Amino acid sequence: MSTLAQSNVVSTILPFVAAMLIGLGIITLAGHVQAAALHDAAHDVRHATGFPCH
Amino acid sequence: MFQKILTSALFAGFCTGLIAAALQIVFVQPVLLHAELYEGGELAHFATPPASAHPELPGFEPVRDGLSILFSALIYVGYGLMLVACMGFAAMRGAVIDARRGIVWGIAGFVALHFAPAFSLPPEVPGVAAADLVARQVWWWGTVAASATGLALIGFGRGWPAWGAAILLLLAPHVIGAPHPDSFAGPVPPEIAAQFAARALGTGLAAWSILGLLAGYFWQRESATA
Repeated sequence: MSTLAQSNVVSTILPFVAAMLIGLGIITLAGHVQAAALHDAAHDVRHATGFPCH
Repeated sequence: MFQKILTSALFAGFCTGLIAAALQIVFVQPVLLHAELYEGGELAHFATPPASAHPELPGFEPVRDGLSILFSALIYVGYGLMLVACMGFAAMRGAVIDARRGIVWGIAGFVALHFAPAFSLPPEVPGVAAADLVARQVWWWGTVAASATGLALIGFGRGWPAWGAAILLLLAPHVIGAPHPDSFAGPVPPEIAAQFAARALGTGLAAWSILGLLAGYFWQRESATA
């Protein structure tokens, strides 16, 4: 019974956690990763959005 | 549920990204290009005769500004996913989410992800002196996490233990302090740097308000049709 309740909680929360993680991944990739091509392409937006750049 | 989050976040984030890109290209990009003239040495602060405050700047550059539009859309889709995830979780626990309340959510997102980090680590023009990048990124993420948790405790906490913890979480990153360089060596005039920071924060506030409004609107619409 408690395993069932537990799996219900997990499956209820899972979509929110998944969306949050994908969002965090996008922000990390577009805003923080320093690979040269990514940095140059996103340069102006990174500055304008206030991410630490360079 | 996941599809509902995804749909609301994609619509709201993509539309906001385009609006944010337009605001940035009109209001922020000219200041950034002006600063780059000093960063690259084409203009010099305290030169004789003094450099004009109104130099000729490049106009719309298809590739460079096109990439900015693309990344702006991408970043606001990312913000949208995080915002809708929080909104949806609150809705599941009984909070009412619509476009008007969405604006408050958007402003809270702005405070957590733009304003709180900028309070101690202001948006940088190209060419400013700055501390080690990784140290600043770690501080940035820590500040975002602490501020977002603090705001959630203010919004949903009950009683002074929660609110007290919220105040501590909001203050702590700035009492600890952001990484700053040992000496200042930026070649860009302070007038340009100040305008850049103000414009970056102003467009951020506008964009986040729109993101919150649209996220609330699409969330409510998706809930009505589901």
